[in-house]
Amino acid sequence: MGSITLKSVRKAFGEVEVIPGVDLEINEGEFVVFVGPSGCGKSTLLRLIAGLEDVTDGQIMIDGKNVTDASPAKRGLAMVFQSYALYPHMSVRKNIAFPLKMAKMPEAEREKRVQHAAGILNLTDYLDRRPGQLSGGQRQRVAIGRAIVREPSAFLFDEPLSNLDAALRVNMRVEISELHKKLATTMIYVTHDQVEAMTMADKIVVLRAGRIEQVGSPLELYRSPANRFVGGFIGSPNMNFIEGEVAAKMGAHAIGVRPEHFHMSTSDGLLGGTVGVAEHLGSDTFLHIDLDNGPHIIARAEGEFPVHHGDRVYLTPQEGRVYRFDQNGLAI
Amino acid sequence: MARAVSRNTKIGYTIAAWFVALLIFFPILYTIITSLKTEQEAISGFNLIPSFTLQSYEDVQSQYNYIRPFMNSVIIAVGSTILALIVAIPAAWAMAFSPTKRTKDILMWMLSTKMMPAVAVLVPIYLIFLRTGLMDTRIGLTVMLMLINLPIVVWMLYTYFREIPGEILEAARMDGATLGQEIVYVLTPMAVPGIASTLLLNIILAWNESFWTIQLTTTNAAPLSAFIASFSSPQGLFWAKLSAASVMAIAPILIMGWFSQKQLVRGLTFGAVK
Repeated sequence: MGSITLKSVRKAFGEVEVIPGVDLEINEGEFVVFVGPSGCGKSTLLRLIAGLEDVTDGQIMIDGKNVTDASPAKRGLAMVFQSYALYPHMSVRKNIAFPLKMAKMPEAEREKRVQHAAGILNLTDYLDRRPGQLSGGQRQRVAIGRAIVREPSAFLFDEPLSNLDAALRVNMRVEISELHKKLATTMIYVTHDQVEAMTMADKIVVLRAGRIEQVGSPLELYRSPANRFVGGFIGSPNMNFIEGEVAAKMGAHAIGVRPEHFHMSTSDGLLGGTVGVAEHLGSDTFLHIDLDNGPHIIARAEGEFPVHHGDRVYLTPQEGRVYRFDQNGLAI
Repeated sequence: MARAVSRNTKIGYTIAAWFVALLIFFPILYTIITSLKTEQEAISGFNLIPSFTLQSYEDVQSQYNYIRPFMNSVIIAVGSTILALIVAIPAAWAMAFSPTKRTKDILMWMLSTKMMPAVAVLVPIYLIFLRTGLMDTRIGLTVMLMLINLPIVVWMLYTYFREIPGEILEAARMDGATLGQEIVYVLTPMAVPGIASTLLLNIILAWNESFWTIQLTTTNAAPLSAFIASFSSPQGLFWAKLSAASVMAIAPILIMGWFSQKQLVRGLTFGAVK
């Protein structure tokens, strides 16, 4: 249970085409992350799968069944919204039990499931509170609880962590990943944060302007980006792109090197430059470097690298870690 | 940024606020004072100290039928409000949750009808009432008041509904709620404060309406506003009785307004202050 297939799914709002046509296969039990810059259509795609938006053209299949025209309730999916979307006038218990009530489940069974979900999510002590009396993280857990009691065939998450502070976000990220391991249910997760995508996904779908740029496991995307966009989007800090003579020597229009793939030296190397800002974090050193006759790049050295503003440094890309791109931005 | 306000300034503001409040309340206060005077006192010029007689109240009650216009007021105000809500809730709903390009225009057009002086449509309305037999009937007046207050009711409800995040309704849809269940379990409970203050305000507006109630009624359906008016023309010199009738007419709505002022203020400033 929980395989989802999109066949030439297209969505237009009036004249504006948001999704020109997407084909995608999501296997049972997979954790799939839709990632891309804001406005790339990732949330729209999720809402199309959920049934909250009508598909302009194409087909959506869940477990082999065509659900393109089915109402959200009939699709057997559960969704966690960015704003949590809890019912403010109901207690936590009633919030979690709401989908079961709609499914006309007997009250005893409802209570059992609510208790079970509350146990998993550490919400047992808060069942009689209203959402307004909970912290952001707890509210998010209630929203997840409301999703898991239904035992859906897949979970849809729409940027669920973007309203939380940084520390809580890391915790919730781990909790959601653990939940996925525990439930082994298909999850589709939308985010613009590539760190979330890299750390949580089995499969990442990179979107730009409503089109899928690349689909693959996090490391596949990291190691072999299909184009400049994916190369630049996956990885933190972003990949550096160098055009011109250096790239031409390597038979490319542009080359891409990740910040962590430079050998750095203060005496010699392939590319020379001047340090602008040096960020010494102890575990790493990030250098913002203005290359001679070249762009501004970021390089990362492991541990401490004793250079400061205005110092000369030399960089040599590591062997086999240089990505070459043609005129159209496609990987060579 | 917090601003230090000196004690004198505070006292100044308080006095000014009380003065303005008194100025606004003064006509009502003077009506109450006059109602407690004898007829001689009432016509003998400006005087703030009455003899505290309840004679006028007794006269109004014994000589005129107060109960009938009172009941008319209750029926017309409550009836027109309920009718307005029945019409306005689905309208506001549709405009708030599935707006079209023209929704704003429709809302503006509705509101623009309130900018027109009522007297401009008096003749056609009068003729329609006359020919359809609605003249001086509670039903006719209820429908009329419903219609004139409808734009405000729709606007208020639309504003409340707009405050309800669409994602919550979508969540209900995902949770398997039908449109009916979505309305009953999620939207209505969330909109109750808004609906309640709309209801209260509309009752007050309908209760106080006097242009149409005077024009379209004579005796049968005349509510309290017409009842007061009936004192002023043929028996214009009986100021004390007129005042007593006025106090009796405004008392119920004043008491209701007093008890519901918190709800009303919250309702009227909804969306403005969070």
